Amino acid sequence: MGDLLHNRDDAPLEEPAVTLDAFLGGQDDATAVRLEAGDDARALIAHIDRLKLIEIAFPSFRDGRGYSAARILREAGYDGELRAQGDVLVDQIPFMRRCGFDSFAPEAPVDEAVLAASLARYENVYQPAADAAVPVWKLRHG
Amino acid sequence: MYTYDTYDQAIVDARVAEFRDQVERRLSGALSEDQFKPLRLMNGLYLQLHAYMLRVAVPYGTLDSRQMRMLGHIARKYDRGYGHFTTRQNIQYNWIKLAEAPDILADLATVEMHAIQTSGNCIRNISSDQFAGAAADEVTDPRPWAELIRQWSTFHPEFSYLPRKFKIAVIASDTDRAAMRLHDIGIQLIERSGEIGAKIYVGGGMGRTPMIAPEIRDFVPAADILSYLEACLRVYNRHGRRDNIYKARIKILVHDLGAEDYARQVAEEHLAVKALGIDPPAAELERIAAMFAAPAFDADGPAFDADGNVTLDRSDPDFALWLDQNVTPHKAAGYAVVSISLKPVGGIPGDASADQIDLMADLAERYSFDELRVTHAQNIVLPHVRQSDLHAVWTALNDAGLGDANIDLISDIIACPGLDYCSLANARSIPVAQKIATRFAGRERELGELKLKISGCINACGHHHAGHIGILGVDKKGVENYQLLLGGSGAEDVSLAKITGPGFSEDGIVDAVEKVTDLYLTRREGEERFLDTYRRLGMEPFKEAIYG
Repeated sequence: MGDLLHNRDDAPLEEPAVTLDAFLGGQDDATAVRLEAGDDARALIAHIDRLKLIEIAFPSFRDGRGYSAARILREAGYDGELRAQGDVLVDQIPFMRRCGFDSFAPEAPVDEAVLAASLARYENVYQPAADAAVPVWKLRHG
Repeated sequence: MYTYDTYDQAIVDARVAEFRDQVERRLSGALSEDQFKPLRLMNGLYLQLHAYMLRVAVPYGTLDSRQMRMLGHIARKYDRGYGHFTTRQNIQYNWIKLAEAPDILADLATVEMHAIQTSGNCIRNISSDQFAGAAADEVTDPRPWAELIRQWSTFHPEFSYLPRKFKIAVIASDTDRAAMRLHDIGIQLIERSGEIGAKIYVGGGMGRTPMIAPEIRDFVPAADILSYLEACLRVYNRHGRRDNIYKARIKILVHDLGAEDYARQVAEEHLAVKALGIDPPAAELERIAAMFAAPAFDADGPAFDADGNVTLDRSDPDFALWLDQNVTPHKAAGYAVVSISLKPVGGIPGDASADQIDLMADLAERYSFDELRVTHAQNIVLPHVRQSDLHAVWTALNDAGLGDANIDLISDIIACPGLDYCSLANARSIPVAQKIATRFAGRERELGELKLKISGCINACGHHHAGHIGILGVDKKGVENYQLLLGGSGAEDVSLAKITGPGFSEDGIVDAVEKVTDLYLTRREGEERFLDTYRRLGMEPFKEAIYG
């Protein structure tokens, strides 16, 4: 179970995350930052080399802003732990993984067997994202 | 026609397995309805007033006869023997059992079809011009671009939990047969210095706050189209409102920011995402386009006149009427485009029985290079019919109750399912459509082109804002009440209809429609359509006729 909710070699960072406002407002020695759904992920880009954990909040499973925030951070080169926290449903984790999340802290327990099956279900994807999956157009044309 | 390769098929097959698993978890009680709802909605399965409704995707409205027959099979086996073609060029079935939904998806997958993203807050079925590949005025066939976008948007990991649903249309003519600028993103393919590219409009839509999409970018080359759309969607996903479901569509964001500022943000985002190499190579669009190559149009055989038209025997007045109303010119000499009306007087707009679906499939196979189209006006098109076959096609349609000669006339009504089916509706739409069609039966042609559209609630699924005459059903203290709107258009002369004044009862609205059409008949000049007369005269004389 630990592997499915945390697919990194290092252990989940236990350090409490500071808010984006606090981080930008002076606590810039922190190595863990929490982004609320409406926070601008780009504000962190200048600091990503020093960060070990960025936690992105999902106040409701319907709120998809965190998917874009995750991709923006990965596209900027962030390679630390990227954690989805909150109303994270088992059927959403595959998409979150594609957007660059590698750590999950769902509020409600996740069924391990269901998650394993859903992560293994799709062999191919239609579009590149923040993961290593190769889009079918690349497979078609080399 | 696009044909799946092993990748496409594997993805659709995996979806069937996934949904079967989700339904099993729901039926076993492992998932509550609350938890199941977002999952079933991603697959076009709605819980309606009486049963589940399943919406099946017909990408850009294009089907072959094998797929059409499958739609008939599903109507027969899993529903009550009919299906309902929708304004999104899809088909929906209104009497579905949850336990059978996975079997339906499995049947669909055998003919390269699915229900992926036909609901939910994601990128929906890509719509297009029903005359694509047949229209004389197109700069290219828009469907390869639509298919490219369909694949990009399918299971897009970043854009599956958008603030609201998201609709994209692609056309390639100056004539707009797809209500392109009433979409979240409207794309018109144009030619510039020999290169085909996309003119992009963003932020149109109907619903409770109708808006016409402004132009955001004058030309996006094919090599950039997907990264540009990615940028459009990302700005929306990040900044679209999520606090109020009625203000969550992209039209509100574009309106609040202003088209220029939205366009600037998209351009900045595009610089960032373009650099990631997320656009496929030109070979991918070429691969898809090759599958949409024009059929082998072969005009030898019957004699053609100087204009390339077959001299048809018009001695049967009913056939002549149908030719004039339902048949439009084709780009290839000797061919014609046939629109089949699903609007018989007194019928349910957009409904077709399983037998009728089969018959249309047979006609497509025999007479139209195996192709059919679903139109946003809820009719069916046979895009490539030899002019010399028109009489045979008409005869077969007539025998099946599909011979109505009323395309674009007042009885060719777009109507949402309304309170007869829909749990969101405030009023019934279907009986109003039936009463109007019956009232004007036999007089439709006298009124000329007149697009009448009915919605049973403010969500505007029946496109009432885009009707030359629009009708909106509301609930007034527990009684169904109908408001009248005039002056809308979903075509290239796009405009939003304006409400005339206080609403009417079910019978009163039919009388009100007759009053405005009577006024039109007395005041029209020359070849004016109802819409033209309204635009020339303005609202006042019509108000006077209704309420005076």
